[in-house]
Amino acid sequence: MLDHTPKEINERSALVVNPAKTCQPIGAMYAALGIHRCLPHSHGSQGCCSYHRMHLTRHYRDPIVASTSSFTEGACVFGGKSNLKKGIENVFEIYDPDVIAVNTTCLSETIGDDLNDIVLSTKVPEGKTVIYASTPSYQGSHVTGFSNMTKAMVTHMVNKNKIIENGKLAVIPGYVEPSDMSEIKRMLKMLEAPFTMFPDTSGVVNSPNTGKYEMYPEGGTTVEELSDLGNCEKTIAMGKFSSEAAAFELEKLCDVEANVINIPIGIKATDDFVMKVLEATGNEMSKELEFERGQLVDLMIDIHNHYHGKKVAIFGDPDIVIPMTEFVISLGMVPKYILTGTPGNAFEKSINEILKEAGIEGSKVKAGGDLMTLHQWMKNEAVDMLIGNTYGKYIARAEDVPLIRVGFPILDRVGHSLFPTVGYKGAMRLIEKISTAFLDKYDRECTDEDFELVM
Amino acid sequence: MKDMNKVVDKILDAYPAKVMKNRKEHILVKDSEDIPKIGANTRTIPGIITNRGCCYAGCKGVVIGPIVDMVHIVHGPVGCSYYAWGTRRNKGRAKDGGKNFLSYAFTTDMQESDIVFGGDKKLAQAIKEAVETFNPRAISVSATCPVGLIGDDIHKVAKDAEKEYGIPVLAFSCEGYKGVSQSAGHHIANNKLMKDVIGTIDIPKPKEKEFTLNILGEYNIGGDEWEISRVLNKIGYKVAACMTGNAEYEDIAKSHNADLNLVQCHRSINYIAEMIEIKYGMPWMKVNFIGMENMSNTLRNIAKYFGDEDLIKRTEAVISEEISEIEDEMAYYKEMCEGKTAMLYVGGSRAHHYQGLLGEIGMDTILAGYEFGHRDDYEGRDVIPDIKLDADTRNIEEITVEKDEQKYRLRIPASRLEELKKELPLNQYKGLITDMKTNTVVIDDLNHYETEIAVKALKPSFFGSGIKDKYMIQKMGIYSKQMHSYDYSGPYAGYKGAVNFARDTAAGIHTPAWSYTIPPWKKEPMITGKVEGVEKVC
Repeated sequence: MLDHTPKEINERSALVVNPAKTCQPIGAMYAALGIHRCLPHSHGSQGCCSYHRMHLTRHYRDPIVASTSSFTEGACVFGGKSNLKKGIENVFEIYDPDVIAVNTTCLSETIGDDLNDIVLSTKVPEGKTVIYASTPSYQGSHVTGFSNMTKAMVTHMVNKNKIIENGKLAVIPGYVEPSDMSEIKRMLKMLEAPFTMFPDTSGVVNSPNTGKYEMYPEGGTTVEELSDLGNCEKTIAMGKFSSEAAAFELEKLCDVEANVINIPIGIKATDDFVMKVLEATGNEMSKELEFERGQLVDLMIDIHNHYHGKKVAIFGDPDIVIPMTEFVISLGMVPKYILTGTPGNAFEKSINEILKEAGIEGSKVKAGGDLMTLHQWMKNEAVDMLIGNTYGKYIARAEDVPLIRVGFPILDRVGHSLFPTVGYKGAMRLIEKISTAFLDKYDRECTDEDFELVM
Repeated sequence: MKDMNKVVDKILDAYPAKVMKNRKEHILVKDSEDIPKIGANTRTIPGIITNRGCCYAGCKGVVIGPIVDMVHIVHGPVGCSYYAWGTRRNKGRAKDGGKNFLSYAFTTDMQESDIVFGGDKKLAQAIKEAVETFNPRAISVSATCPVGLIGDDIHKVAKDAEKEYGIPVLAFSCEGYKGVSQSAGHHIANNKLMKDVIGTIDIPKPKEKEFTLNILGEYNIGGDEWEISRVLNKIGYKVAACMTGNAEYEDIAKSHNADLNLVQCHRSINYIAEMIEIKYGMPWMKVNFIGMENMSNTLRNIAKYFGDEDLIKRTEAVISEEISEIEDEMAYYKEMCEGKTAMLYVGGSRAHHYQGLLGEIGMDTILAGYEFGHRDDYEGRDVIPDIKLDADTRNIEEITVEKDEQKYRLRIPASRLEELKKELPLNQYKGLITDMKTNTVVIDDLNHYETEIAVKALKPSFFGSGIKDKYMIQKMGIYSKQMHSYDYSGPYAGYKGAVNFARDTAAGIHTPAWSYTIPPWKKEPMITGKVEGVEKVC
């Protein structure tokens, strides 16, 4: 497995090998699915839309629908205006969504299609909405695309005239699973905080089987809710890379105070989230949620011997990797290598602060890296565990370390869309996974005399 | 019996006038033995939720990507390389001493500055780094959408690199916007392999009698090629090259030395098959390795082509041995699936190939279509002279080859070949429609909405399609099997593959979960009312 990856590291300046990121439009498509009755539309070649739908479908094992401008060579020469106009008309007529969320691609960006102009000159049926985000594949990553489309929801859908304070929190969950969005909502309800979450893919991409296909399932933030965001008290935006831009846009347009925190993965980030909500609402802490926290602490103490002191490599999207790094430190593990494919100095800065505070030295941190780099680091100094998405499985096999699947995408296991990683419950789930992975490996590899019933 | 014309009318009903006019051309009911004309290989209407992909997907994803010992560099922003990494199940293993790069993805990860100032230099540097780090047998460079637009000369970069490093560097201008589907990419890949790879390494003619085959249009999904070759080897054939599943670069470079090309997926590789015949004199035969009967017929046809008595005898022996090993199990699954109906919507050959196998487990295919087929894939090759080339097709280079005077050799005498053509599918493909029963539906570029209507109206038990359709169909209570990835099972080709397919299909249709879709409280009348005496007990 990965037999041709040399141990010796030679600096590469042009060739990316086994990328740890993908392109913007897929993140934009995912975010758009978090609007109720929305059809994402990809303004580019058919292949983009096909690849994005394919990948999201594999990850969620649920129908992911989106339309495309189906560019041909002619459209590249003459511009994609006619394709998009025709596309929007056909989509409303045939598929009848409430909202079309258009994302660009490297193709339409390179030829310079002006979406603002195209959409303005297209006849949009009464009561329907078209929003759009510029998502060139040659900038940032899929996380940037998510961020741009989430921001576009604010730009294009929020009613800028403040009418009356609605007493709600605007909550941006970041690029997380529908199960995580449900868990964040559950916690907010326990904390008795009124809120609007956007985007909200829960119930859209983890929909039930009832024997009936619903092209637009029940979930998603409604047009009315999005329109009313400007009347919220404050915004809690989770994940600098995926949510900050939308929060700032809402602050700029409607003077709703932006509060950017980490995605609540692990005990510390969840505590921060809870504190932020309590601060905003002035409510008392929920007994029930405090009980869950106590269970988590109990678990962390009781089985710390399963993982304390183990070295771990973590890779994935910055907003997931940052709190994940913080969490493994709180478990007594040592994050040895921390890498994201998404470019951005803020990542390295955040991680280095976390490491410094924990007094951990000698770890390698990289933004805009690829998985070959991570693998080479591991070849030079081994770790005990790898935490990241499905693409880590090649390295995990090559180096014989357990892989804990966290983040996007997970193409070869189930559970992520149904069970959360965030919150105290999510932290307990992560501990279960980490502990089980170590013990399973031990049980598989130890001698008979070391094979134990109780561990 | 369902009136299929009514189903078609229902499908067309919801469309705006222009869309309806267009889609009408692509939908037909086969109501007699005549082969009707169908619209195919034309643009998808913008806004329609199509399953089609792009030219790059057809070139790198389908044809070039499976070659195991090449470093396949995708020149463009990161996504195109990323999505084609490990997602197609084209299996491969390195042969003695060879390298296998299938678990890798390589990209130049173009950034905005590359788009503005050009990506040639970055590409040249990427090739250099690939050579220094991996030392592959050869390199491919596939262009993605922006590359063509900004005018990067990937062919010059490739040529320079070839000179500098002494290994083949093949550049493919397969920008996603070319053509109307993956099909354009197949063609571009075929052209390059023909121009620069096939015929570049000659091998001396073996002293002993050998029957050497190439398998074209077979990508070793789920290990299909391994199962096909197992049977072919057992009969006594040598499989020289598979294009391109599990292939090494040199297999393809030497492939013109074989005795016969077998064409499995006609759409993706017929160009090469045809050009090899013109240039090197090697005929091709349309084969179908899917299903017991198709497999047996194919094996008999190949033996007949060589006309060797021992070979013919061994073929019959192997056929009966292989069938006797699986017939009981096949009968068992047939019992489970008998009388059920199927729909197939797959790329460019499986929608045809699997109909026989489905029939062998008692299932009729009532609707079929290709995602990127041409009219000849539907109506048969005889229709080729009548196909009008539109602008999208004309943009794809059509190359012509000439007889190579040194390397051209007739494998069998011309007169015998002409005789054989009368009974064998030599240089011929009759298309999908001819094998479909009457009162069935054929839909080209079947889309999301049409799928929903057709499934609702005809309620099949099985829908063979891709990942994008699968869960939508299963939400409707109908088993959908991914026919591109086999739902991560396989092989499905050959005899052993037929059993795998039958087993998986029977399991998919009969898995107990289907009985739970409607909860009991929605099936049975609920008894409502207060429970008496509860207060007292408490």
